[in-house]
Parts: sequence; C-alpha cells; structure tokens
Amino acid sequence: MAASVSVPERKSEVKRIFENMEYGPAPEASNVAKAWLQQHDNALGHFIGGKWVKPENRKTYDTCSPATGEVLASTTQGEEEDVNNAVSCAKEAFKSWSQLPPHSRARYLYAIARNVQKHHRLIAVMEALDNGKSIRETRDCDIPLVARHFYHHAGWAQLSDTEMRGWKPIGVVGAIVPWNFPLMLLTWKVCPALAMGNTVVLKPATFTRLSALLFAEICHEAGLPPGVFNVVTGNGAFGSKLAMHPDVDKVAFTGSTPVGQTLRRLTAGTGKKLSLELGGKSPVIVMENADLDSTVEGIVDAIYFNQGQVCSAGSKLIVQENIYDDLIARLKERMSHFRLGHSLDKGIDVGAVVSKQQLATITEFVEEAKVEGAEVFHAPVPVPQTGLFYPPTLITKVQTVSRVVREEIFGPVLVALPFRTAKEAQSIGNNTNYGLAASVWSDHLPTALELAISIKAGSVWVNCHNLFDAAAGFGGYRESGFGRDGGKEGLFEYVRPAWEERPRPECKEIDVKSFGSTFGGSIIPAPGQGQPTANDVQQNGIRLPKVDHTYKVYYGGAQKRPDGCYSRPIYAINKQIAAYVGDSNRKDVRNAVEAAHKAAPGWGKRAAHNRAQIVYYMAENLEMRRSEVANRLTQLTGESLESSMREVDLSIQRLFYWGAYADKFGGSVQETQLYGCTVCIREPVGVIGIACPDQNPLLAFVSLFAPAVIRANCVVIIPSERHPIPALDFYQVFDTSDLPGGVVNILSGGRDHVTKYLVEHQNVEAMWYFGSAEGSKFVEHSSAENVKRTWVNYGIQRDWSDPDQGQGEEFLYHATQCKNIWMPMGVTYAN
Amino acid sequence: MMNPGMELDLGWVQKTTINLPAVERRAATLRTRRTVKKSWQAAWLLRAVTCIDLTTLSGDDTSSNVSRLCYKAKHPIREDLLKAMGMEDAGIEVGAVCVYSSRVPEAIKYLKQAGGSSIPVASVATGFPAGQTPLETRVEEIRRAIKMGAREIDIVISRTKALQGDWQGVYDEIKVCKEACGADVHMKTILGTGDLGTLTNVYKASLVAMMAGSDFIKTSTGKEGVNATLPVGLVMVRAIRDYYHKTGVKVGFKPAGGIRSAKDSCTWLALMKEELGDEWMKNDLFRIGASSLLTDIERQLYHFVYGRYAAAHQLPLA
Repeated sequence: MAASVSVPERKSEVKRIFENMEYGPAPEASNVAKAWLQQHDNALGHFIGGKWVKPENRKTYDTCSPATGEVLASTTQGEEEDVNNAVSCAKEAFKSWSQLPPHSRARYLYAIARNVQKHHRLIAVMEALDNGKSIRETRDCDIPLVARHFYHHAGWAQLSDTEMRGWKPIGVVGAIVPWNFPLMLLTWKVCPALAMGNTVVLKPATFTRLSALLFAEICHEAGLPPGVFNVVTGNGAFGSKLAMHPDVDKVAFTGSTPVGQTLRRLTAGTGKKLSLELGGKSPVIVMENADLDSTVEGIVDAIYFNQGQVCSAGSKLIVQENIYDDLIARLKERMSHFRLGHSLDKGIDVGAVVSKQQLATITEFVEEAKVEGAEVFHAPVPVPQTGLFYPPTLITKVQTVSRVVREEIFGPVLVALPFRTAKEAQSIGNNTNYGLAASVWSDHLPTALELAISIKAGSVWVNCHNLFDAAAGFGGYRESGFGRDGGKEGLFEYVRPAWEERPRPECKEIDVKSFGSTFGGSIIPAPGQGQPTANDVQQNGIRLPKVDHTYKVYYGGAQKRPDGCYSRPIYAINKQIAAYVGDSNRKDVRNAVEAAHKAAPGWGKRAAHNRAQIVYYMAENLEMRRSEVANRLTQLTGESLESSMREVDLSIQRLFYWGAYADKFGGSVQETQLYGCTVCIREPVGVIGIACPDQNPLLAFVSLFAPAVIRANCVVIIPSERHPIPALDFYQVFDTSDLPGGVVNILSGGRDHVTKYLVEHQNVEAMWYFGSAEGSKFVEHSSAENVKRTWVNYGIQRDWSDPDQGQGEEFLYHATQCKNIWMPMGVTYAN
Repeated sequence: MMNPGMELDLGWVQKTTINLPAVERRAATLRTRRTVKKSWQAAWLLRAVTCIDLTTLSGDDTSSNVSRLCYKAKHPIREDLLKAMGMEDAGIEVGAVCVYSSRVPEAIKYLKQAGGSSIPVASVATGFPAGQTPLETRVEEIRRAIKMGAREIDIVISRTKALQGDWQGVYDEIKVCKEACGADVHMKTILGTGDLGTLTNVYKASLVAMMAGSDFIKTSTGKEGVNATLPVGLVMVRAIRDYYHKTGVKVGFKPAGGIRSAKDSCTWLALMKEELGDEWMKNDLFRIGASSLLTDIERQLYHFVYGRYAAAHQLPLA
C-alpha cells in the first residue's frame, strides 16, 4: 500500500484529479543536500589549501532558500587575513601546479568532471535550494554544462604545449562570480585557469555560496592538490580586497556592469590581467518569415529561463510589424501556461528570484513603465504567496526612450517593439550600450545570416536562444565586457606571452581628472626652442631655401591643419629642430574618430584579399623609399644607418606578415554539442586608438597599425611623441597604396594629451597604449567608463624587432573580438 | 461537434514554415518540464486509458484476439485496482476499439458480449496503410465499414499528392471521404507523417485535412518507419490551435504508433494541456492509438495501489 495517503483520502483525490486534470506537486527530495550541510553543522567556512578553514571571530551570513525563506546554513564573512591566507596558498600551489606536465593537469580536470557527474544530483539540488531556480534547470542545464566544461578543458590542458605554444600561465587568478548560475559560471573561470596552469582563489556571490563550497570539497576528493582551487566567502568589499591583492595576477569577473567598472578602476595600472563578462540587454529579432510558434518557445528560453536572471537574457523583443500582433497574441497565450513554484518542484517553469532586493528592482522597473503608459501583461497564472516570486511579464507600448527598453532588468520581464525592415531591426537591435547576445528568428537564410553578422554581440543564436557550450566562447561587446569564457578564445584570458613577466609597474599617483589634460603640457607648441636644421639646397650652384614642408595631421585620407593651429618642434638627434608637426587637440580627436567610423563599415565589407593587397602595396611603396626613410631615421634617432636600414626592412617584412594574416584569421567552426554549425567569427574590435612608443618609431608604428587594419579595424594612431616624422611621412605611403581614407588616421602631438581624448571618447572601442606607467594606469582607469578594451605596456618597453614581441598571436588577439553564431540545422526527422 | 470544414485556403497553407530544430527543442523539454506523481499520476493514467484507441491491425487478426481485445477494452484496468482508487464507478473504458474493416462486425459483437456497446468501433479504411488504391475503392471501403457498424473511420491521405505539393488534390480526396462518412461518423485523418519529409509538410497536411472536414487528425498508421513522435505531435497540435483560432472549430488529435509507456502517455496528455488546454485532454478531442500501452499503464497503477511492481502474468492479456 502506498504509505503517505490514507485510502479514503486517496480515493477521492484520484477521482477529483481525473475530472480536473490538474498538475500536482512533484517534489525533489532535499534530504541528501541537507545531510551534507548538517555534516558541516550548517556552518561553513572557507575552503583554503585543501581544507575547511573557519577563522574565529568572523561575522556570518545566513544563506536562505528564496522559495521559502528557510535558512539553509550560515556562511563566513571573510576578512583581509582570509584573502591573504588563500592567495598565499594559491601562490605556493602555483609553483608546482604550473610546472606539471600538461597530461597531469588533464588528468586532474578529467577527474573533476567525473566527480561532478558522480554527485550530479546532490549539486543540482543544492544549487536549486540555494538559488531558487528550478531543479529542472540545475539538473538538465547548469550541472551538465559544468561537467562538459571540465571535460573540454581537460582536453585543453592535455594539448596546451602545442595549442598554446608561446604562452604561459599567469599565476594566481582571483575569480569573482555572480549568483545567477553560481556553479556554472565559476566553472567557466576555473576550467581555463587550471587548464593553463594557474591557481585560483574564488569568491562566490553572497546569496549563493553553497554550491561553490560543495564543489571545492568535491575537487579535493577528486585529488586536486591543495591550494590549486580555493573558495573564500565574503561581501563585496571583500571581493575588492581579493582583486587588489598584489599577488593576484589576474581578475576574472562575471557580474554587473557597474561592479565590472569598479574592478577595472581598482586594478588600473597594476599590471593585473582582467576579463569582464557583464550585463546585457539582448535583442530577440523576429522576422516575418520565422516559425512563430517556435519563436514563442524561443522567447520563453530567452527571457523566462532562470527567471530572466541571465546576462544573455533576450529581454528586448523586436518584431516585424506585419506579424507583431500575431506573435504577441501567441506569446500571451503561451504565458498563460506557466507554472511558478518551489525550486525543488520538478514540474515548474519559473522559480523564485534570488533576493528581496532583486524583486524590488524588478517591481520598480515595471511600475515605472506603467506610469509611462506602457501596457503591462503579467502571466495570468497563480503566483505563490510566500517566497520571492515575480510573474513572467510582457511590456508593450514602449519605445526606445524608456528605461525598461534600455536598461538591464535581470528579471522575467520582456519588452516588445515593432520594426519595419531588417535594416531597422539591426538599428534597434544595436541601439544599446550592451553587446552580449542576440537571437535572430527567420527561416530565410540570407536574412538570418546578415542580421547575425550585423548585430554587435558576442553570441548570436539563429532560431534559438541561450545555448551554451564549453567549446564556444561567451562574452560581450561594448559595455557587456571583454574576454571570453569557453572555447580556445577563452584560454587567452588565462595566459601571457612566454617572454613577458608579470608587470609590476612603479606607478606614481595620478589624478585621472587632470592627467594629460593640458595642451602643450609636454612641450610648448611654439618657435624659439632650438636651432632649426640647415634648410637649403643647391641648384646649379645656387643656394636656395628648401621648399617648406609642413607636417599636418592626417585623417579621413587627407592632411588637415590641426584644429588648434599650433605646431610643436621635433628634434633630431643633433638637438636641432628637424621639423614642426601639428599639435593635436580634443577636436582633432573628435574629427579623426568620426572619419574612422565613416570608413569602418566599408573597410569591414572589403574582401580580406583586398585588404591584404593594400598592405602589400604599402610594403612595395615603402621599399621604393627604403634609403630615404632609413636616412631620415638615422638623422632623427641617431641609430646607425645600418640599423635604420634594418628597421625599414623589418617594417616591410612586418607589412608582409600582416598582409598574409588579412585572410587567414577569420574564425573557425566550434565543436559544440549543437547539431548544426557554431561558427566563431573574429570580428574587428571597431575603431582603435593607438599610442605608439618612442623606440623604433617606424617599426613600432607599422607593427601596431598593420594588425589592426588588416583585421578590418580603423585606427586613430598617435605616432611616437619624440619621433613622429617617420609615421607622418608614411601618409604618403598610404595615399599611394589605395588605402581608403579614414582607415588610418594619424594625430601627432602630446601622447598623453591625445590619448586622454581618445580613451575618453565613447565611440572608440579600444585603446592600445605604449607609453608610461602612469599613462597606462590612466588608460585603464578611464576605459572603465564605456568598458573599452585596453592594451597597455605599463611603461615597460618591448623589443619590436623580436618577432616574439613585435608580432604574433597577441596582436591578433587584441585586434579582434569573437562572435559565436549558433546555427542549428535540420529538416530530416523521419524517412 | 463535427468539423464542417472550410474552403481550401492555399495562401494560409503555403505561408507557414516550421523550424525543425526549434520544434525539437520544445519537444525535448516538454518531457522534463512537466511530470505528475502519486495520485496525480494515477488519475492522469486513468484518463489516458479512456483516450486509448485500443488497436489491432495485423494480417493475422482473427476472432480470438479481436474478442480478447474487446473484453480488455471494456475492462482495461483490474477491478481491484479501480476500487482501491475509488474509480470503480467512473466508467473507465477505452476510447474505441480500432480494427480493419473486415473485423468490424466481430468487434461489435464481442463488445456487446462484454457489455461495452458504448465503446465505438473504429475502422481503418481507404487503402490503409499506404492509400495507394483508386479513390473509388477507398471511398467504398468507408461506406462498407460504416454499413457494418463502424462509428469512427480512420482514413489515410495520399502521401503521393502531398509530396507532389498537390494540396488541392489532397483536400479534394479527404472531402470526398468526409462526405462518405456522413454526419454521424467521426473521421480521423491519418497524415502518415513519417512519409511527409518535412515538418512544414506535416503542418500543411494538418491544415488541409482540417479544412476538408476531418474531425481528428492522426499522426500515423503505425506502419511508417517513424510514427508518433513529439515534434510531429507538436506541429499538428499547433495547427489544430491555429485552425481553432481561425474557425472556432475544435479538431481532435490522435498520436498513433510507438506510444508504449505509461510515462509517454502522460507526456502526450501534458502536450495537449500545454498547447491546447484541458478541453483537449478528453477522448472527444484526444485519442492515443496503441496496443501495448495499456499493459504498462495497468502495471503503474498496480504499483500505485500496492506499492509493488506487478509481474506481467498478473495482468490480464489484451
């Protein structure tokens, strides 16, 4: 006999259900998860150096089940001492872990994957309990992806000697992860970090610490050496302490854009590597030729998955006008079938949101939209009275000006807007500060592909949404961050070039408000500061003054007088004034960036072959001026003529090198678990600001603009401040090499002054800076404002003539950003 | 209510495309999004029983097995189990008995003997399963089956015409069959989805069959290589929904072939509930064509009642 229900009761129950055909409770047992917590007296410490560490006199934080409010366990609020302890353990462990043969590291990662699978159900239940998300999702999505990530990266560990030749581990990685996919996102940091030979100190989010701690114990049991992976818990300030610890060599962060910006500012100028996976407002674009019912399900996956608490949530639905009403009607009907409930009920769609604050934020957004006159549709389904629940919501009659359309809500709230044409869909889709993801719904291949390419986002799903796999990098454009989690592209976040040491710049304090702001700060753009070089020629025995040569600034394919109409003296090695060059200011930056953006779409659409031809043509034209340019270099730098000749020849070589790469780095097919094609396209970063160093004024200039340009970026480049003339002479090479105007723009002047306005320009997507430690700090700090990608040298020189340092994968990495396009395929379902 | 049908609207038929990978994703999570346990599972399984078209369609059908089937149709679940669940008076019997037309008279006879005259006999017709016979003889099969007492007719569409894109032809033939069925006999139209090549064709065939007046649309004959799969079912029920929204007429759905486990039957019921609503969970709008499914359901109910798994020999053979 069935035990729990008495016979008469059961009799009436079956009859009643037979009539109304309702769903009943389908609870997942939580006894094992709770037994594990009890094993630890429901009070958890840190996991450091392979053991539980519970320092005395720490505050605690009670972690609760969002579905019921039930307290699950108390956890530790760590203090600085705990960070120090964990980091020093990780640093110690790094010594041996980084030296292990790749095969050994592969075995460890493989063992972790196996152990995750052994404890699959326990982890899934713990995650659902602690986060409030449904057991179905943790069981079928989060945890399988965790195991998959470890398997995949066990492979990268195994192959690291060959696949990552020329790179080495960074050291200690400080990982800070959010609460929406607590274990899965942790894995995205830990796997590549460990595979590449780093050790990790992880800080899970306050709301969701349990799965990370459980996982640390599982890793330990899987045999991972002590100190390789450590978990410390604490509040946000504690996270900052971790990020700022001098022995943390890299900070890997997933979370909100504001916190990411804070971390960027905190770590600016320290020489730490940083990767940020931040927020999003990802569009779901529906074309008239989409399968509408399937699209509706895709929308469910896009925005109601995990209560909408997904950084790549498709929260902005944009629908072609002629199917708008139809689709909205279908969506509303679908929404009437949602089931909300306890995270451990196997039959629910939507669980509780993670916290009271989150619930309040969501509510506030929606109420604001109501006040604006938007139409708010809540799924007409029962909402549990206790626990932190918010019904799936659709907002219509809003436009691009509304906050609900522009900002990330991070809840089950979708906004819908109509559009007329694919072109307009693209504009509305891209009308956002973010660029994490998008989905395109169309059964028409040319439409779907063009949209997928034109949306500026790191992941684009065609006829699907929120698919993830270890073999495809995930990460953003724009204010959604930089760096990728997953795929080979993700490994580069956890390595540095083999020749490079961790920069530990001795950086003076800088005032970011005033840094570089004074025009003429480095040298007064005025005459009377030295002896001009002899300036005459002999013609038929007659001595004549040379025809005056004026160096202007160069943008939009033409020489322009600098906006300020000031010129600064440039000295030759003999201390005489070799020439005056234009001294650029803020407005020249504005104009040059505008010119670059004007050129960018056309340059991007050129066939790669064509870009290569232009760069080869530059080499051809440079060689025609070989001795002239070498002589000039010698005159300016004082290097021997032989050495200058070598610099010119190397520059020609480098142009060939990058010309060769113009059509050989477009991307790859990612071997994800999708039946179909996942294609990684290495897209240009956009408009890149570049500040050149003073050494090798020609070679460094060529080495920096060429990789950017062949990968379809447009650049605004500041030549060497001391020796700008070789770069300025180069615009004659550009003009004779069919380079379209605006692709390379040259602004001579004070490096830090022009840099300031480039890095502060919101429409410059990346800044490469080769100057002082202070300038590097400034660039990193200021880049936080729009989460620019940066590449700085912390005042440390590199040898541009060494191919390891002056060319190679590092340059390609900085010149591109990966977009993964997911294209499911299939029509065959039967015979 | 019978489906009066409508003019063939080719514009509607042609405009829709179905995206297989997206449909498959929904189908895959349907299984995992919904589950029923304990009393709910028992009640749902009993409901599934009432929706079964208990079927035998074999060359070696004789009065012995047809008779056994008919008795089982009337007494699908052991009396002790029904009593334990308080369902002995709920009239639990299958939705219909489905046989070849030559077996119709004896099916009617045995149902009467078993006290189950209320259970309709459904006959397959129209050159089942391939439909590759002249239209006149196909229609004649319908007439004869009805004359012999069949109250439901399961016809097959011409896959030939469907694959050739001759939707007008498909429509015309079904319409002729519907006329032969008349006003009192429910017509279920088998699309032979395993033969149709694309889900877009499945959707089109569903629409055309409904426009031509089918009261049910049915996935398969059970004889194609692939039968009732959830992706196919999803496309068909969505077509039913579209047709309902356009005409206000509710057409029924019958997956057939390959549905063998109790869990499957709950998944199909959940599909109806999720995509169409509770009304489509009763046997006037939902049938499952099956033969061995019933045994598995009875086994699950045995476990529900006694907390033990039954041996096969403890449950009466169908």
